[in-house]
Amino acid sequence: MPAKYVGVVGAGNFGTVVANLLAEKTKVKLYTTNPAKIQNITSNRTNLGYKLHDKIEVCSSLEEIAGECETIFPIIPSSGFRSMMKEFCPHLHPYHTLIHGTKGLDVTLPVGMTIDNNDVEFNRDNVKTMSEVIRDESVVVRIGCLAGPNLAKEIYNKQPAATVVASSFDSVIKEGQRLLRSDLFQVYGNKDLIGIELTGVLKNIIALASGALEGLGYGENARAMLISRGLVEMIYLGKALGGNLQAFIGLAGVGDLVATSASKLSRNFTVGTRLAKGENIQDIILSMNEVAEGVNTVKIVKKFAEHYGFRAPITETLYKILNQEKSVEDGLTYLMKLPLNVDIDFI
Amino acid sequence: MQEKFNNKTKYKSIHLSHSEWPIFKLSKNMQAFIEKVSNDSFEKIKAIKDDDQKLIEELEKTRYREKLRVEKMPWSVDPEDDYDFWKKVKKQLVGSSGQSIDASVNSDKILKSITDRYANEIASSFKPSSHRFARRVTTFGFARLLNAAHSGRFSGLFKARHTLRDKIRVRGDIDHLRDLAKKGTIIMVPTHFSNIDSVLIGWVIQELGLPPFIYGAGLNLFNIKIFAYFMNSLGAYKVDRRKKNLIYLETLKSYSDLAIQDGCHSLFFPGGTRSRSGAIETELKRGLLGTSIQAQLANFKNDKDEKIFVVPVVLNYNFVLEAPSLIDQFLKIKGQERYYTENDEYSTSYKISKFLFKFFTKQSDISVSIGKPMDLFGNYVNDEGQSVGQNGRHIATRDYFMYNGKFVDDQQRDEEYTRNLSKRIVEEFHKNNEVLPSHLIAYVGFKLLRNKFSDLDLFNFLRLPEDELLLDFGEFTQKVEEIKTIIFELEKEGQILVSPGLYKSSAEIIEYGLDNLGIFHTKLPLIRNEQGDIETQSLSLLYFYHNRLRGYNFEEYAS
Repeated sequence: MPAKYVGVVGAGNFGTVVANLLAEKTKVKLYTTNPAKIQNITSNRTNLGYKLHDKIEVCSSLEEIAGECETIFPIIPSSGFRSMMKEFCPHLHPYHTLIHGTKGLDVTLPVGMTIDNNDVEFNRDNVKTMSEVIRDESVVVRIGCLAGPNLAKEIYNKQPAATVVASSFDSVIKEGQRLLRSDLFQVYGNKDLIGIELTGVLKNIIALASGALEGLGYGENARAMLISRGLVEMIYLGKALGGNLQAFIGLAGVGDLVATSASKLSRNFTVGTRLAKGENIQDIILSMNEVAEGVNTVKIVKKFAEHYGFRAPITETLYKILNQEKSVEDGLTYLMKLPLNVDIDFI
Repeated sequence: MQEKFNNKTKYKSIHLSHSEWPIFKLSKNMQAFIEKVSNDSFEKIKAIKDDDQKLIEELEKTRYREKLRVEKMPWSVDPEDDYDFWKKVKKQLVGSSGQSIDASVNSDKILKSITDRYANEIASSFKPSSHRFARRVTTFGFARLLNAAHSGRFSGLFKARHTLRDKIRVRGDIDHLRDLAKKGTIIMVPTHFSNIDSVLIGWVIQELGLPPFIYGAGLNLFNIKIFAYFMNSLGAYKVDRRKKNLIYLETLKSYSDLAIQDGCHSLFFPGGTRSRSGAIETELKRGLLGTSIQAQLANFKNDKDEKIFVVPVVLNYNFVLEAPSLIDQFLKIKGQERYYTENDEYSTSYKISKFLFKFFTKQSDISVSIGKPMDLFGNYVNDEGQSVGQNGRHIATRDYFMYNGKFVDDQQRDEEYTRNLSKRIVEEFHKNNEVLPSHLIAYVGFKLLRNKFSDLDLFNFLRLPEDELLLDFGEFTQKVEEIKTIIFELEKEGQILVSPGLYKSSAEIIEYGLDNLGIFHTKLPLIRNEQGDIETQSLSLLYFYHNRLRGYNFEEYAS
């Protein structure tokens, strides 16, 4: 007997929109524990300003989600992902399929340390992608991820868009395509799960930088320069973290990079813009209602690159800007003076 | 933490009589089993080559390759009618390539005749009576050799004071393994360094009171009559590495799959061949391994709850007799294994006995580490055979094959499971690798020398004249001490095992290590010269033995 529902864990912007997409094909359980959201969904059938599809039911029990759904889309910030999985674990079985939509990294830190601590070292043992967190914390093996240029508002407004479902299992890709594909939403498959996860994660760094250029008032030449050099940096970092080149030049790589590096709808882009306008990073974070993954990603990836001894100039510069060691202008001047003049040297 | 060693316990057979052995039951109905294998592979090939044109192409290809094999690489073990058989296939194929209506009937018939032939070739001719005899001979023979070795005199052959047990340490949770062998089917997957491995594993299996395991032995070994006799009687089926065609490989997989379904414990060397580099295998062959997953799915579908357990085993030697030729091949053929045809170092019975004698006379310390049994998805299992996941939760393994509450066939999924399983086996190999003093000093010796020439690439480094390579004894001792400390930290974390010999002082470790490292070789990997410094007589051998400890995180401390 087919499972009755498909689950979405996390009722943020993207989670809500994905739930709406899914609801066109099947009944959906949308998980959130936020009382205000539950209240709003129950009484107004809206969440974060999005009108919810009739087939969506709100639900605040992970046990119920696991019991009623075989396929589940966890879409929550990376910082809460591992603890959510720990809570989820007792209810999950090897027949479950988890396709996540979280574009961030998980770090395991020694007790009492934070990500900002100078002594913290990041290497491939303590930096994990979300699929690796799922494997660590549960018996689920059918794991996939969603990545691509998917600005929530545009999808909600039924503008044409496409996404990538990545998994090492063909059956997971097929399941994702079956559930998500529509006349306005194209779904591509990719077998390089880690690579696709990393493109989604790393492009946030470039989106931040692109927002900063916008904030300084620069135009398209500057943006194009950043996007193409940013892509090169992403590829270097991505390979070091275990992804393949191919993932980065597809829809989830270049595609997502172009979308987020030019859009005011992107959170990371917005953070960059406001930084360039002279706002303080703490104030920016506090004023946003959702997490901009890029900020933490910059911190993690900078130390990661340091550990393995290679240069990631854009990431390093952003790190200094976030740490208020450099202004955005100085950062840009620094990057322009770098004596790197080989265009492409990774193929 | 030093775990218990099981040398003193005598293990009774887990079965009361050999008639309860799965392998015995199988061999009693061998003809029926062969027929089943042939039919099963027939169906599988028909599913892969799903129209007649494709099938005929495959048959053509197979015939052509087999013709080449018969002409270019004949072995004495090959059936006499090999040439005629493939000639007949050619004739039949000419008939079927025309547009005749019966084409499909004909190609089916040809395919069936080939799977029949292959299934018969692969089948073992296990006989309990000759098994008993062979077993007695091996145990008795080994013990005799051992005594001769111990006294250093040929007359020692007639004394029986020492047993193999004094020489071979078996470590790991034996009772757990024995429990599981009663509840399900065991797939034992050992590391592979030496031709002696299969004999050693056979002995271990018997010592632990387990019934004989079936395993695929290279057909080349059956060229030798005496070996053929023992192999057959020990439950070996034949794997012909010359035949790489689809039909043969599918038949071979069917054989393994169906035997596992019948509950026959099996032995795979998942590395495929002996490790040429001396390193623990990191890439496993997934063909036969995958048959265990097929068998598990078939069991579940047939309402049989018997589970299949994978038990990684690591064999730890102070020296590998074949090391010089292995490392030579490794360096020559790096990355081009498929163009390499195995040459036989053990082509006559005389050479084998010489080999065995040397093995037992020279070998000082052998340990066999039996790893924790896992299910086919890499989860550890408890004494009841239940798979245990995070937080001690029990996992229903059948769920791995379910979709929407039903069993689903999905070849790609199962390949992915096999890939994951092989990754887990490699992890367990590393965790169960026991560091002997000789391994430690080989590792340190090589690293220190390599560091002195870090500007050279490996191959240029290995070509340096040995007499220029000297290590100061003090520097050497200090590095041994350093790496030893790290190894003990790893051991605490469960990442590696250490031998009792490593609990001694660094000076003793070095002395013992030098006395044992590759001692049989004419050129020694490491020696202490008259000035008291450390030097090597063979850099490539030192490289070989050093490789054993590669792939752990102390790599960075050593450079």
